[in-house]
Amino acid sequence: MGVGIEVSNLNAWYGTNHSLQDINLNMPGNHATALIGPSGCGKSTFVRCLNRMHETNPIARVTGSVLVGGLDIYADAKPVEVRRRIGMVFQRPNPFPTMSIYDNVAAGLKLNGYTNRRVLDEIVEKSLKNSALWDEVKDDLKKKSGASLSGGQQQRLCIARALAVDPEVLLMDEPASALDPVSTSKIEDLIFQLKTQYTIVIVTHNMQQAARVAEKTGFFLNGRMVEFDSTHKIFTNPSDKRTEDYITGRFG
Amino acid sequence: MTRIRFQQSLEDLKEQLLVMAGLAEQAIQRAIEAYRVRDLSICDLVNRSEVAINRLEREIDQAALDLLAMEQPMAIDLRFILSVIKINADLERVGDGAKAISDRVRAMEQMAQVELPVDIPRMAALAAEMVRKSLQSFIEADADLARTVLTMDDAVDGMNRAAYKSLTKVMTEESHLAPQALNALMIARALERVADHATNIAEDVIFWVQGDDVRHFKALKTVPDPHAME
Repeated sequence: MGVGIEVSNLNAWYGTNHSLQDINLNMPGNHATALIGPSGCGKSTFVRCLNRMHETNPIARVTGSVLVGGLDIYADAKPVEVRRRIGMVFQRPNPFPTMSIYDNVAAGLKLNGYTNRRVLDEIVEKSLKNSALWDEVKDDLKKKSGASLSGGQQQRLCIARALAVDPEVLLMDEPASALDPVSTSKIEDLIFQLKTQYTIVIVTHNMQQAARVAEKTGFFLNGRMVEFDSTHKIFTNPSDKRTEDYITGRFG
Repeated sequence: MTRIRFQQSLEDLKEQLLVMAGLAEQAIQRAIEAYRVRDLSICDLVNRSEVAINRLEREIDQAALDLLAMEQPMAIDLRFILSVIKINADLERVGDGAKAISDRVRAMEQMAQVELPVDIPRMAALAAEMVRKSLQSFIEADADLARTVLTMDDAVDGMNRAAYKSLTKVMTEESHLAPQALNALMIARALERVADHATNIAEDVIFWVQGDDVRHFKALKTVPDPHAME
């Protein structure tokens, strides 16, 4: 099941650049939260802080706390465990190009020590079904490589790969921005289904997408979170003038 | 500022609606004047303006539809376009109200002029004032001014009820005056509807400017919310 995320006094730096400043917010479990804002506002840095990806950059630094289901991921957990519990899907689909579809999904499981073939088969099938890809690839699981799929299918394969290790949270950094409208719709429908089982955090530049898939939306600007509220409120009558100016296209 | 063309399109839409508003306001004022001086040539003007109002209604709806489809507006822009669509419909109905009054004036022209126990000019002045204020609140994006319109509607409703009471009494007790009384009653009813449309316009201005939905506020306050009970 998805768990809530509580972020308190989160600050992040790249070298001397203070890229996230005093972020505080609670994202409810089993909901989709959208993060919007102009390029460079800090929203991608923010999601990378949620699974300790930010610190993989040698000049990066983080302070503050992130509780995922009550667990302080900076104080009480190792990065590998954090990234198992909090999966991530990126803007460009990045399947392992030489691996089969099956092996792409099973890769994380094998890294975590799973060897039982029957268990692997079950999890691969379940993950591909949960990512709405099973019907399209079930006959070619081991015949075709991940790279042979279309862009939209590759992205759903990456989602299946993330789901295979049984995460509680799924972070999506512009997951549909490189996809055509049909593939985008499939990803959005998928987000709707997935949030019954996982907590979703999605970074998007597509306002309509945020409005369609998320219950909560946060607006970032210059490293700060300007407004966090129900998606309905943000897109119909935001409280902050800067939010309104951004979503109506007056800047950004 | 980005989306310059979109912002210009919103300005153009507002301009179009103001033309429509001007025609509708003029139509109702002319209809009232036609009643006051019993001048059929003014009724002709009202009829002619109705055609222009109907044509503009379609053009404005089309322009608003295009913006919704092509620009995917958000927040205050979305509220503005929704309000324009609804105000557009209300203005068309104000035009219908003017036409209804001028039709009654035309009918009354064939009848003997009699004194009736109804103050149509006072009711007309109040309804016209509501239309003027609601349109002014739209021009100035002034929600406070719009709220003053809402407080005026009860007075017009009261006048309409009083007109109904006194004119039905005339119809029963002085049946030879029934045709005149019936026409006056229909005019009072048309004015009451015009005031309702002015109220709707004011409510739409408040929604556009502040995002508050104030429709049916008094009525809904006394009824439990079925969703809250679930």
